[in-house]
Amino acid sequence: MKSLWKLTVIEFKMFYREPIAMFFTLVFPLMLLFIFGSIYGNEPTPFFGGVGFIDTAVPAYSAMIIAMTGLISVTLIFSSYRETGILRRLHATPLRPQTILSAIMIIVFMLTVAGMVILIIAGKLAYGLKFLGNPLKMTIAFILSSMSFFSIGFVLSGVLKTARAAQIASNAVYFPMIFLSGATIPREVLPEHLRTINQVLPLTHVVNLLRGLWVGNGFTDHIKEIIILTSMMVIFLVISFLTFRWD
Amino acid sequence: MKNNTVIKVEGLKKSYGSNKAVDDVSFEVSHGEIFGMVGPNGAGKTTTIECIEGLRKFDEGSIDVLGYDPQKEGSKLKPVIGIQLQQSQLQEHIRVWEALDLYSSIYPKSTDWNIILEQLGLTEKRNEYFSKLSGGQKQRLFIALSLVNDPEIVFLDELTTGLDPQARRAMWNLVRSMKDKGKTVYLTTHFMEEAEKLCDRVAIIDHGKIIAIDTPSELIRKYSHNERIEFTLVDDNIDVDLGGIEGLTSFDRTDNRIIIYGNSADLTQKVVNHLTEKKIAFSDFRSEKSTLEDVFLKLTGREMRD
Ligand SMILES: Nc1ncnc2c1ncn2[C@@H]1O[C@H](COP(=O)(O)OP(=O)(O)O)[C@@H](O)[C@H]1O
Ligand SMILES: [Mg+2]
Repeated sequence: MKSLWKLTVIEFKMFYREPIAMFFTLVFPLMLLFIFGSIYGNEPTPFFGGVGFIDTAVPAYSAMIIAMTGLISVTLIFSSYRETGILRRLHATPLRPQTILSAIMIIVFMLTVAGMVILIIAGKLAYGLKFLGNPLKMTIAFILSSMSFFSIGFVLSGVLKTARAAQIASNAVYFPMIFLSGATIPREVLPEHLRTINQVLPLTHVVNLLRGLWVGNGFTDHIKEIIILTSMMVIFLVISFLTFRWD
Repeated sequence: MKNNTVIKVEGLKKSYGSNKAVDDVSFEVSHGEIFGMVGPNGAGKTTTIECIEGLRKFDEGSIDVLGYDPQKEGSKLKPVIGIQLQQSQLQEHIRVWEALDLYSSIYPKSTDWNIILEQLGLTEKRNEYFSKLSGGQKQRLFIALSLVNDPEIVFLDELTTGLDPQARRAMWNLVRSMKDKGKTVYLTTHFMEEAEKLCDRVAIIDHGKIIAIDTPSELIRKYSHNERIEFTLVDDNIDVDLGGIEGLTSFDRTDNRIIIYGNSADLTQKVVNHLTEKKIAFSDFRSEKSTLEDVFLKLTGREMRD
C-alpha cells in the first residue's frame, strides 16, 4: 500500500513536471466546447430530446476524454515505461505488476476527472449548463467507463511489442472512434446506417450511458451499456495481467 | 551446499533460438566474498546474473540463492538482494531523493537512504532530476537503489562501464566497503584489470562456458607465465635463439616483434644480457608481470576485445 501511494505520487509529479503531456487532453475538448457552443448555444431543443446542445456535448466530450486518456495516455505511459527500462528496474524489486497498473490507473483517472471538471465549469459559466441526473450514478458510470477504456490501453501496450506500435495502434483506434461514436459529432446528426454500425464501438456505449445519466435516466435504462462496459473491463483487465511484460 | 554458500548454480543452460548464451555453467559463491564473472561482450555474463536474480527464465539446470529458487520464490528472494542492472532507466523528471524514497517504500525492511546518499557522494544531487545527472552519477544512483534494502547479496552488472578511470577507482572502493559490511558481492565486468584488482574469486566465461574459476593470483599462476617480455629487433632477418635461457616457457616471433613468456624472477635481466652478449640490437623493450588478460589469452588464444 505504501509503495502504491508513493508510486502514484511520483506519477503525479511526472505529470505536472511535464505539463505539455496533459495539455491536449484538457484543452482540446474545451476548444470544441467553445467552437460548437458559439455556433449552437444551449437553447433547449426537441432535436436533443428537450435539452440544449451543451447539455449533450459535456457528457459526450467527457466520453471523448475517457477515450483519449484510456487509449492514448495509458498506452503512452505504460509502453514507454517498458521501453525505456523503468519497468525493468522495478522488476528487480518485490513490487508487483498490479501495483504498477493501479498507480497508472489512478493517475490517469485523475487526469480524466480534471478534464471533465474543466468542461463542466466552462459549460456552466459560458452556457448555463444544466445537470438533470444523479451525481452518484453519474460518478459510478464515469468510473466504469474510464476503467473499461484504461484496460483497453493496457492490453494494447501489453500485446504490441514496441511503444511506437502501441501508439500507432491506439491512435488508429481512437480517431475513427471519437467521430463515429457520437463523442464529438452528436449522434443525432449521424446518418442512420452509422448509428447502427457504431454499436460495435465501445465508445458509443460510453457516450450513450453518460448522456443518458446526465439528463436523468436511471441505470435500468442503460443495462445494455453497463453490461458491455463491465464485461469489457473484466476481460481486458484479465488479458492485461496475462500479457504483462517487464521488458 | 557448504554452509557458507549463498549462491549455487548447477548445469545452467539458456539459449536464444540456436544461440547458446549460457551453456552448462556451474559454480558457487560463498558468503562475504567479492565474486566476479569476467569475459568479453556477449560471453553470457548478463544472462547468467539475471537468471540468478530471477529476472530471466532459463532452460535447464538449477539455481539456489540464499535457499530460494529465484524462478519460483522471487517474492521471497527479491527483498534480500540488491540489483544493479547493466541497462536501466528511471523517469526523466524524478528527483534523486524521490527515487530513493520510492524504492525504499517497496521493501518490507529498508535502511536510511540518506546515509547511502552520503556514502555515494550524491548528497548535493538529492534534488536533481534523473535526466540531469552525469553517467557516473546515474551509475551511483543505481547502486544506491540496489542498497536501500540493506541486501545480503549485491549484484552489480558492469558497474564501471562508461566511467572514467577515477570514477572507476572510486567505485572499486565502494564495492570493497560493501564487503567490509559483510555483504556478498557478485559482479560482472569485461575489464580483466577490474576483476583482478577487485575480486576475491573470478570466473572467466567465454561463449557461454566457464573456462576457469579461482582467485586471480591462482589463475595467473596456473594458466599463465609470471612474466611477459616484448621487444622489436632493429635489424631484419637476424636469428635469435633464446632456447638456453632458464625459465623461459614460450617464444613467439611475428616479423621483428618478439614476445616471450617465462616464470623466472630475473627473466628480464637474462634476456637483456643475452641480447647484449650476442650484439643483437633491439628497441621498444617492454616487460610486465602477467595479468588475467594473459590468462584469457592463454585459455582462448584470443585477446579480450573491449
Ligand atoms: N534477450 C535476448 N534475446 C536474444 N539474444 C540475447 C538476449 N540477451 C542476450 N542474448 C545473446 O546471448 C549472448 C550472451 O549475452 P549476454 O548475456 O548479454 O552477454 P554479456 O553480458 O556477457 O555481454 C549474446 O550472444 C547475446 O546476443
Ligand atoms: Mg552484459
